[in-house]
Amino acid sequence: MAEKVLMKGNEAMAEAAMRAGCRFFFGYPITPQTEVAAYMAKNMPKVGGTYLQAESEVAAINMVYGASAAGARVMTSSSSPGISLKSEGISYMAGADLPGVIINVQRGGPGLGSIQPSQADYWQATKATGHGDFHIVVYAPSTVQEMADFAYKAFDVADEYRVPVMIMADGMLGQMMEPVVLPEARSLESLPEKPWATNGHGMKRFHNVVNSLYLTAEDLETLNLERYERYGTIAETEQLSESYLTEDADIVLTAFGGAARVARSAVNAARERGIKAGLFRPITLWPFPTKALAETLGTAKAYLDVEMNMGQMIEDVRLVVKDAAPVEFFGRTGGVIPTPDEVLSAIVALNEKVGE
Amino acid sequence: MSNDLKCVVAGFGGQGSLFAGKVIATAGLAEDREVSWMPSYGPEMRGGTANCSVTLSDEPIGSPLITAPNALIALNQPSYDKFIDAVAEGGVVVADTAMVPNMTERDDVTVIGLPATKLCEEAGLKGLGNIVLIGQLWARTAFCSREALDAAIAKCVPASKPEKLEQNRRAIEIGINA
Repeated sequence: MAEKVLMKGNEAMAEAAMRAGCRFFFGYPITPQTEVAAYMAKNMPKVGGTYLQAESEVAAINMVYGASAAGARVMTSSSSPGISLKSEGISYMAGADLPGVIINVQRGGPGLGSIQPSQADYWQATKATGHGDFHIVVYAPSTVQEMADFAYKAFDVADEYRVPVMIMADGMLGQMMEPVVLPEARSLESLPEKPWATNGHGMKRFHNVVNSLYLTAEDLETLNLERYERYGTIAETEQLSESYLTEDADIVLTAFGGAARVARSAVNAARERGIKAGLFRPITLWPFPTKALAETLGTAKAYLDVEMNMGQMIEDVRLVVKDAAPVEFFGRTGGVIPTPDEVLSAIVALNEKVGE
Repeated sequence: MSNDLKCVVAGFGGQGSLFAGKVIATAGLAEDREVSWMPSYGPEMRGGTANCSVTLSDEPIGSPLITAPNALIALNQPSYDKFIDAVAEGGVVVADTAMVPNMTERDDVTVIGLPATKLCEEAGLKGLGNIVLIGQLWARTAFCSREALDAAIAKCVPASKPEKLEQNRRAIEIGINA
């Protein structure tokens, strides 16, 4: 078994990406994400890769587009305001069916906001990372181990479906250190073939084109329909979640990423008080794990959605729960991390309300 | 759960509070426990309370941010003042008296002051007050085995600086015996 090492979440994502065969990183510094870029700057040259600090986030995402079109495994990372800047490029990548990995180490918003941990970009990541008809796959790790695991897996999923994949972290997860077992480094020879790539081929085939401009509406519609078939397959096969003590739970908490850590502590504290609480934690935010959440319907008397924002994922929870049970919300915003005690109080209050 | 160490280490930037926290976290890792280390990276860095939260536990760790520490290492006055009231009942506070002249008392926690910076200087060591205080905290709480503590020091000090390792080891001894 590989050695456990103590690493920051930001560094673990960077190392895991390189081990997945990522050889190009284009970024721009922003707190609380900068360690991803710093780690890449230091280590990418050691594996013969390219690290480039772009002149802006817009430039960086377009470099990702270019490297991806040429068939490379490529990544960029930023924090909330920087992701907004990248959104045009992400839409172009989706429109050109280009794989790539984008990390968002979220901070408080809107605007320049704060630099403290937040989850206020849930809607952006899952509903509209850019303009147009498209989805991207979004992973929400909750531990440094998962940050490494999903940064690694993201490249395979991106290549398989030819879609951009986002890792949604937050300032807490990015900055904290935890023990992590890093995934094994892949040889570049083992990476999937990309017959569509616009790379050199010595005149052995007709040239490939990577483009997102289609002036004939029917052509674009055909492409979008084909793309949505792929999204359907992803939604069917790629949902991931964790259910913790939900089987007999009266109160099911729903939380992802950093907030799920706090929620888990609150669930344990509630159990110690004799309240049957559990935690449902989406790991894929898109596709939202509808199937596993639906399994809690019938036993749960109420849901408590816990987020580090004003309530965004709660809408996806309600789309599954519908009228089967009340769905209430507890959150802190602006970069404030909720405490387990606060969440426990919300559980106690909700339990009294539905217990009557 | 009672076995958990929930430690806040705080001081001016440059006093090594983040490094000290990493040593404690690494000691937990050496014993294969659950470990988290979370630094302050926001505005609290200004005003001399650069700090980190370190948790060692036998259970998966929820929030890495500690709001009620059962151990506090205070490297300066602003840090002592900021965190002393947050320490949980029965907790242990270790402070450098050379840097924390006003140690407000609390009846329900153990407050230990030792002149860590001065002890270092007398021993010909520089800038290792943070490590001295870890030694004292370990002597009071035994938050890990002695082997794990030594292994953590060896792991955290860069291998390229063998003389630093020896100095850190001496600093730990000074703290333990203070």
